[in-house]
Amino acid sequence: MMNPGLYHILFLSAALFFIGVYGFLTRRNLITMLMSIELILNSVNLNFIAFNKYVWPEKMDGLFFTLFIIAIAAAEAAVAIAIIINLYRSHQSIDVENAEDLKY
Amino acid sequence: MNEFLTLMKSELVITFIIFLLLFIKIGKGMKNESLLSLIQVLLLVNFIAGFFFNKEGSLFGDMFHTSPLIVFQKNILSLGIYLISMLCADWLKKTEHLPEFFILMLSAVLGMFLLISSGNLLIFYLSLELATIPVAAMANFDVEKKRSSEGAMKMILSSAFSSGILLFGISLLYGATGTISFGELTAQLDGSPLQILSFVFLFTAFAFKLSIVPFHLWTADVYEGSPIAVTSFLSVISKGAIAFIFMSVLFKVFQPMQDVWYNMIVVLAIATMVIGNLFALRQQNIKRFLAFSSIAQVGFILVGISSNDATGLTSVVYFVLIYVFSNLAAFGVASVIAAHTGKENVDDYKGLYKTNPFLCWIMALALFSLAGIPPTAGFFGKLFLLTAGSARGNYWFIIIAALNMIISLYYYLRVVRAMFMDKNEQPVEKININPTVKLAMIICAAGIVLIGLLSWIYDYIQSLS
Repeated sequence: MMNPGLYHILFLSAALFFIGVYGFLTRRNLITMLMSIELILNSVNLNFIAFNKYVWPEKMDGLFFTLFIIAIAAAEAAVAIAIIINLYRSHQSIDVENAEDLKY
Repeated sequence: MNEFLTLMKSELVITFIIFLLLFIKIGKGMKNESLLSLIQVLLLVNFIAGFFFNKEGSLFGDMFHTSPLIVFQKNILSLGIYLISMLCADWLKKTEHLPEFFILMLSAVLGMFLLISSGNLLIFYLSLELATIPVAAMANFDVEKKRSSEGAMKMILSSAFSSGILLFGISLLYGATGTISFGELTAQLDGSPLQILSFVFLFTAFAFKLSIVPFHLWTADVYEGSPIAVTSFLSVISKGAIAFIFMSVLFKVFQPMQDVWYNMIVVLAIATMVIGNLFALRQQNIKRFLAFSSIAQVGFILVGISSNDATGLTSVVYFVLIYVFSNLAAFGVASVIAAHTGKENVDDYKGLYKTNPFLCWIMALALFSLAGIPPTAGFFGKLFLLTAGSARGNYWFIIIAALNMIISLYYYLRVVRAMFMDKNEQPVEKININPTVKLAMIICAAGIVLIGLLSWIYDYIQSLS
């Protein structure tokens, strides 16, 4: 049984980050785009925790940073969902393809 | 305790105003007109308070630091919000939720103040979010309008995405150096590949917030969709605050990596100026037009930043001061016309001189200043930026920037021509301008003319930096 090392976790978090970026750029549903952003933020959390545990165990900055990221992500999602609900009221849809009044 | 009160003075005043507005909101409430005058007085007090008890120092283990230059930058932003509260009075009186609007706006300003003063990546990230999330809510303030909610959606998604990128950069930087404090970071930077990668991520996030090409796509849509008060806030105050912190992060923290970022800035500055100008040529909506013009102005700010010395610092702060006056004057005129007639297109401005000569002269002065025509302050601002940029001897770069000033003349003068020379069967009828709005416009006009002519202002900024 092999214990996971720093590189395993960094690989996982980099993969999560790019899955998030890919999802953000290709998905057309606003809620799914928001979920992709959450993936990105969680990959960052993993990064901070891994660096804190394996590389800089005596400096706790990474751990604290993670706590703040979780809180801010919730605040950001709250505002984003409020805006999306409002968008749904006026457009009857949460597909970005339907929000196309503003162009060029 | 005493030190805490004096060093965090600007933030404490803003917090006090936010709480006062909250209590007014949950209390009996006030009529919009009297509330707006109260807010204007409070913002004026906030601006004047910025000039007293200024000391240099840091708090909370270097997380927060302040200096005379930082206080001066905060004063520029305070002046900007005071002018916005006066210029957009017509729209603000009509809005149903006046206290909420100012609570959101002042929270964003509080975020920007902390952002400029931040001395640590954690406080930097938190205040950056505080400076952007309320603005997205503000962009949706015309709740029943389709365009407003579309603009707000674009703003919140792109800002959340860019802060994700920023965080990824910060996490890699923490892994590479083991610290998130600005002071300790500089000593740890040696230009290893991991550090350069994390710097690229950080730079991308800044580029998103400053709308540097190729990360500018959200700008025009958000500017067009939001109410004009929010658009002017976004284009002047947010841009100014992010430009200040961008500059101090590059000059202080990433000084050891200056060879890396100099080339990035040169390429992006050229792209920003050229693409901002070319897109501005074909815009019909006045807000969209000003959005692309502000993208082009950011390109010029980058020319000043590329110098990497005290001259660049001075010239950028000086330029932002001028930019506050000229852009707010232009947005103020657009706001008056939109609030009274609902017209926002350049074609609607045809023949405006016949009916509203005062508005025309203010708009023309503002556009001349944005274009950089000599008697106005905009010329001196651009001159100092280009002089600072030429310190490295990269003259091709400066020549391209100067050529871009000529292209920009075309589209600024197009609006001036529409107002003064074109004929129109049905021009905008005569507008009775509110005295507060008129006063704010005269302050802006005086600023545009005088800042260029009074040389002690530039010398004063230079003595601070």
